[in-house]
Amino acid sequence: MSRTALGMPGLRPGSGNLFAEEKFPSAARRELGNSQLRRNLKHATSTIRTKRLNVTGELPDWEELRDAGSALKTSVMARLPELLEAFEANVTARGGTVHWARDADEANRIIHELVKAEGVDEVVKVKSMATQEIGMNEYLEEHGIAAYETDLAELIVQLDHDKPSHILVPAIHKNRTEVRDIFLKEMPGVDPHLTDEPRRLAMAARAHLRAKFLTAKVAISGANFGIADSGTLSVVESEGNGRMCLTLPETLITVMGIEKLLPTFSDLEVFLQLLPRSSTGERMNPYTSLWTGVTEGDGPSTFHVILLDNGRTNALADEMGRSALHCIRCSACINVCPVYERTGGHAYGSTYPGPIGAILSPLMTGVEAEENGSLPYASSLCGACYDACPVKINIPDILVHLRGKDVDAHRGGLPSQLDVGLKAASWALSDGRRLGAVEKLLPLGRAAAGKDKKIKKLPGIAAGWTQSRDIPAPPSQSFRDWWAKEHKES
Amino acid sequence: MKIALFATCIVDGMYPRAAQATVAVLERLGHEVVFPKGQACCGQMHVNSGYFKEAVPVVANHVRAFESEDYDVAVAPSGSCVASVKHQHPMVARRAGDAGLEERATAVGKKTYELSELLVDVLGVTDPAGQLGSYFPHTVTYHPSCHGMRLLKLGDRQAGLLRGVEGLELLDLPEADQCCGFGGTFSVKNADVSSAMLADKTANIRSTGASVCAGGDYSCLMHIGGGLSRQESGVATLHLAEILASTEAEPVAVPGPAGQTVKVVVK
Repeated sequence: MSRTALGMPGLRPGSGNLFAEEKFPSAARRELGNSQLRRNLKHATSTIRTKRLNVTGELPDWEELRDAGSALKTSVMARLPELLEAFEANVTARGGTVHWARDADEANRIIHELVKAEGVDEVVKVKSMATQEIGMNEYLEEHGIAAYETDLAELIVQLDHDKPSHILVPAIHKNRTEVRDIFLKEMPGVDPHLTDEPRRLAMAARAHLRAKFLTAKVAISGANFGIADSGTLSVVESEGNGRMCLTLPETLITVMGIEKLLPTFSDLEVFLQLLPRSSTGERMNPYTSLWTGVTEGDGPSTFHVILLDNGRTNALADEMGRSALHCIRCSACINVCPVYERTGGHAYGSTYPGPIGAILSPLMTGVEAEENGSLPYASSLCGACYDACPVKINIPDILVHLRGKDVDAHRGGLPSQLDVGLKAASWALSDGRRLGAVEKLLPLGRAAAGKDKKIKKLPGIAAGWTQSRDIPAPPSQSFRDWWAKEHKES
Repeated sequence: MKIALFATCIVDGMYPRAAQATVAVLERLGHEVVFPKGQACCGQMHVNSGYFKEAVPVVANHVRAFESEDYDVAVAPSGSCVASVKHQHPMVARRAGDAGLEERATAVGKKTYELSELLVDVLGVTDPAGQLGSYFPHTVTYHPSCHGMRLLKLGDRQAGLLRGVEGLELLDLPEADQCCGFGGTFSVKNADVSSAMLADKTANIRSTGASVCAGGDYSCLMHIGGGLSRQESGVATLHLAEILASTEAEPVAVPGPAGQTVKVVVK
């Protein structure tokens, strides 16, 4: 995969929406200024966190399930070529057609050709991260084809000409009053007296979508799971809109990342327990659709699946980072992340926000691409994401690994203040005598403190600290010196 | 038992009283404390900032220092630095392709304990008031630092010890498990997000009405204390070790909000 050179924003080498668009700290600063957003996020994430803890806590074998999920995905990644070929053979044998897409551009071209061949200018969509990732809606729109989102939250975002900010709850940044206003402004034929009562809003969306379901000839979906040994695909959802899209139209096109495979049908047992509990905090989601190829007289008569790489093989090639591909897009890490809770999803730029996005985007498109290098730093490394992950992706370790790649990518250039500081610190902190000598200088810092023995303003990058925190005046002697005196050593 | 103290760089340079208190507590239990002189830092700041190359000499120094002395176990008054010694040191050596250092780092890590872990699991402290004479007649709330809680799985050990201190009234901290926003260089690289996290943490601390916020890591306490000080909140921060070391005869004074005045009594 080609990579964008630094300093050339906007040049997207066919990888779709997998890039930070500006450096995270500045995007975060802007989003932090939106107090409505912070209130919405705090409310939504804390509600879902509590629900998740309730349903994961009630399972005595939750930790074993997580281990099983992790082990299964590790095995899939180790056998990916073989499993993909088995999947292709089984889909084909059951009457489906398999396409392989190297990147977003290729996937979009294939989808466009398939839709064009059906002679239609509109399609209905099941909520799908893969199609968000490749920017399919925008591509089809440019080519005269309207793609209608049928998931309620995706519909809200689409009507508002906005971007999703969460992988499970795309409109998490909108409260119901904002949703009502969007419907009144953008939904054709909507009741002008629409209230912000959730039931009323759902009914308005349902009336709007019903016509689309009944007339659409082509549906496009993603997939939660693809079963290698049967060619079966699965979509897990809450609203039933997915079931309508997957069964009513004549043609179904599914876009699936190559990492979504599971070896056998019985492996679903593990993941259909892990996913709903981790994602919506439900024991089981309302709708689980499974289909294998085509069946005469039942559901779509034409079925295509597009297997999407789009940087997944880059991630797979990274020994320290490849477990990021185990992700089942549950969003548990996003819901527990204190950084996400305060900035929201748009600050991350990419389709994938939060802790998983901070590792996936740079793993897939490169830490050097666009502003991706700032994403791995968007974490205090508190570890809440790792604890919540149903397949035990060690996100903090991968964040640190990617920081290392970012630092190494910039070696040899003009050193930053942090470069200079940390190199000096490495010298001082790798020898007890040197650290002791530095500590003898620390009391000089007492002069920088005011009468109240607080240091309130520091220069350079340390000014980031003193924007909201004091530093106490250093003590008159270090522990090392105290110990030496106590023990009559020199 | 012969116990090697890893003071950690931040305590050594900025908060020596936490290390002095650790020595006091261990000696009160009848153990011998040694201080390997070559020690400096765990290197976590370098690792977590992505400076793996620069972390190697720091890790190598730590391993050397804690191989140079004869002892039964090592202890540090920090969950974060102990997690680094146990988890990051072997990884840094492995990344540098130094299998020998990896093996030695793993051996040092196995002997290293966080303070509450050592007191509860190894030294059998169940009653700080009775066994250590711990006395601290103040209202205290407690922030469980992320690395102790999630990487070392310290569970209730630190809070349990605090509850066993005579005179201490422990007040529940709302949203206690939320990170304070420190995160090492995160606090300067993403200063705005870090400050927003800190604002919520300090608001929760202040809502308890406690006069002291206790914790097991001076890095987080420096961050929280820095915020409480800037807000002129009047709430002080103290390390668990300092509270355990405090006795009725020689009480630890509650410091001012920036943590600048304290009388530490050893033995």
